[in-house]
Amino acid sequence: MEYVIEMCHITKEFPGIIANDDITLQLKKGEIHALLGENGAGKSTLMSVLFGMYQPEKGIIKMNGQEVSIKDPNDANRLGIGMVHQHFKLVHNFTVLENIILGAEDTKNGLLTMDAARKKVNALSQKYHLNVDCDAITSEITVGMQQRVEILKMLYRDNDVLIFDEPTAVLTPQEINELMGIMKNLSAEGKSILFITHKLNEIKAVADRCSVLRKGKYIGTIDVKTTSKEEMSEMMVGRKVNFNVKKEKAKPTDVILDVKHLRVGKKDHKDVVNDISFQVKKGEIVCIAGIDGNGQSELVYALSGLMPVKDGTIMLDGQDITKASIFKRNMVGLGHIPEDRHRHGLILDYPLSYNIALKSYFKERFNHHGFLDYAKITEYSDQLIEKFDVRSGQGSQTITRSMSGGNQQKAIIAREIDNDPQLLIAVQPTRGLDVGAIEFIHTELIKERDEGRAILLISLELDEVMNLADRILVIYEGEIVAELDPQQTTIQELGLYMAGSKKEDIK
Amino acid sequence: MKKILKSEGFSSFISSCIAIVIGLVFGLIIILLTNPSQALDGFLNLIVGPLKLGMTGIGRVLFYAVPIIMTGLSVGFAFKTGLFNIGTPGQFIVGAFAAVYIGVYWTFLPSGLHWIVALIGAFIVGGLWAVVPGLMKAYLNVNEVISSIMMNYIGMYLVNYLVKETVFDSLRSQSLPVASSAVIPKLGLDKIFTGSTLNAGIFIAIIMVILIYVILNKTKFGYEMKACGFNAEAAKYAGINEKKNIVLAMVIAGALAGLGGGLVYLAGSGKFISIVEVLAPEGFNGIPVALLGLSNPIGIFFSGIFISYLTVGGNLMQQFGFIPEIVDIIVSAIIYCSALSLMIKIWLGQRKSKNIKKIETKEGDE
Repeated sequence: MEYVIEMCHITKEFPGIIANDDITLQLKKGEIHALLGENGAGKSTLMSVLFGMYQPEKGIIKMNGQEVSIKDPNDANRLGIGMVHQHFKLVHNFTVLENIILGAEDTKNGLLTMDAARKKVNALSQKYHLNVDCDAITSEITVGMQQRVEILKMLYRDNDVLIFDEPTAVLTPQEINELMGIMKNLSAEGKSILFITHKLNEIKAVADRCSVLRKGKYIGTIDVKTTSKEEMSEMMVGRKVNFNVKKEKAKPTDVILDVKHLRVGKKDHKDVVNDISFQVKKGEIVCIAGIDGNGQSELVYALSGLMPVKDGTIMLDGQDITKASIFKRNMVGLGHIPEDRHRHGLILDYPLSYNIALKSYFKERFNHHGFLDYAKITEYSDQLIEKFDVRSGQGSQTITRSMSGGNQQKAIIAREIDNDPQLLIAVQPTRGLDVGAIEFIHTELIKERDEGRAILLISLELDEVMNLADRILVIYEGEIVAELDPQQTTIQELGLYMAGSKKEDIK
Repeated sequence: MKKILKSEGFSSFISSCIAIVIGLVFGLIIILLTNPSQALDGFLNLIVGPLKLGMTGIGRVLFYAVPIIMTGLSVGFAFKTGLFNIGTPGQFIVGAFAAVYIGVYWTFLPSGLHWIVALIGAFIVGGLWAVVPGLMKAYLNVNEVISSIMMNYIGMYLVNYLVKETVFDSLRSQSLPVASSAVIPKLGLDKIFTGSTLNAGIFIAIIMVILIYVILNKTKFGYEMKACGFNAEAAKYAGINEKKNIVLAMVIAGALAGLGGGLVYLAGSGKFISIVEVLAPEGFNGIPVALLGLSNPIGIFFSGIFISYLTVGGNLMQQFGFIPEIVDIIVSAIIYCSALSLMIKIWLGQRKSKNIKKIETKEGDE
């Protein structure tokens, strides 16, 4: 069997870390080949080597048996290799069509000619059921559609090898299903796909074969049909992983968070959060479940002080914080693992240690009369890095921007949990994490609960909701439509409430 | 030693040096084009002229460096906090006016105190001048570039008006000389650097450089400021009052520029505020100083001296028949090229990581 792409004995080093250590990867024509590994295992680095963004120290790349040299993404493009990055590379104020042709424009006498391009894009869009509107402005379309634009960009350039770098991390469950369908279509048409992920369900759903990396090393390639999820996760993490974290029954005590008739929204607009009331007690995990965009984000922004409240009250630990400053809320005991780690959670250009101390730098142990004790901060950050297994090139000194997404997330979680909040709001805390890290985070959250903390979890992943929650509140169009006990409900029933087709009278 | 060579600061320093060399070569080309017969003499004078003058030359260089170090600090500090303070000319001139006003009229102050109070006045008024852009940025999200440019013109015309109304020397159409007690003491510097008007101002500039360095790198306040500069949203999330920080950063930046104005016009060097419709050049010169110094206070100190050195050297070129305009073009071109230092730093960084790899693979092969 001929391989389309062979990456032979690739070694790639960064200061302080060997990202890829003698890795060999072979891609057959027309297959969907998953690349599985923990956060920071070297998956993205390997794909960046293939796409010409990094030059490996050792190793060669062969295409259809011939050795090729890929010095930059243009070389990759010429060889028919395309890539959809985890964070899309689109010009926001361009139309979809303009984005697709960008870099491969047809011109006549120096003027753009779009007609041929439009025809080709429409044909491709129909062939693969991509359903994009050529004239829509990119910033106004959904994330799922932006991703389809990225796919069209590759198809428009007649790429035959398609790399997807964690494509599902940013999608809603529905969009993930659509994407899986598209990927199957593509491989049926003879495209070869490399699919970076750490979600075993997705691999099971679409991939033919799967190569596993662990800490920069190649572990093996397996046939997906004949391998169980447990086996794959063991290969990836290097030990057995529990998908269902054990937990005792919750023993809720005093009310910590009391939200009454909360409304959030712009003046003269429909309220995004519409008259929500609920309580969270010490020692329980309350989960807000819902499809993305039903007011969860705004609810969290209102609770954490990032967005003003229109009406209603928020009581935290007996204090009215409805109008309190963010600093005051943090002091009363609010921890917040934010939804968008780059926008809110981290200062990417700060070293890791500064980010670890982002909510405690002003405390007495680091702050002497306005002067910060950076030695102490580094010491503290070293401890947390160790405890939470945050991996980075240069430890506390690493500039946070250079770390992998999963490790950035772990740093935030370490900071928020260690800050010992009364109430921890965790918004999709395991987004972008591998199963080993998910297991760890879930265990930590349950431990926090058992120590008497209150946890408000916002998650789009139904497995996570069913696994962790002691109580589930379903949010639909800004209202809480049901309160469910995870012991007595099924994923199907939960799904119906989330989709708005079932409603409970809870008032 | 190895640690120093590998440090961030060292690579910044090297890249600035390379940029300066490129700038000088470029300057030489312009000189050759404009006046080939005198080119080498002229160029030599630009490069070593101030040194050939001995202590006088060094004194002059330091003297001219003081105001641009101050405005450079102003721009650089604002940069670090994510703001572009282009309002330095306005802040500079209102600070200067405050100093001159106090210098002329507050003669009731004891002589040891008079000049200090005048400088503090310049510091405060410069800071106040930046309050408006700061508030507009923080609470109305008005771009600080626009508002501070407008404040430059308001400042310039207001000072012209106020000088005419209060401290006007109608004979020379400029501000009155300040009382001798308001002149910054020379501390014997004029004895060491004979023939220059160097005074204690240079020490004040050095103190400010150290102060800003400490604030940015050692204090809680600096930590918060830089956090706002890098990612205001995340700073807000962390509980930092980002609006307060924006206003404060602008005020401090303005105060530094204002102090620069005070230091110039209290030097007793025969410089007075004249009624002209020109924005103070010392203000805008702070921008290249800050860029060349990569916004690092220590870097700003040296880049300020460098640019001042070129200015002094450029003046000496006039002896060789170079007209002032050409001299200005040459000096500007050199500064222009020097601003490439950031690009060179990135380029150096890439080369360095490549070299490290090469060495490592070689070792691996053996």
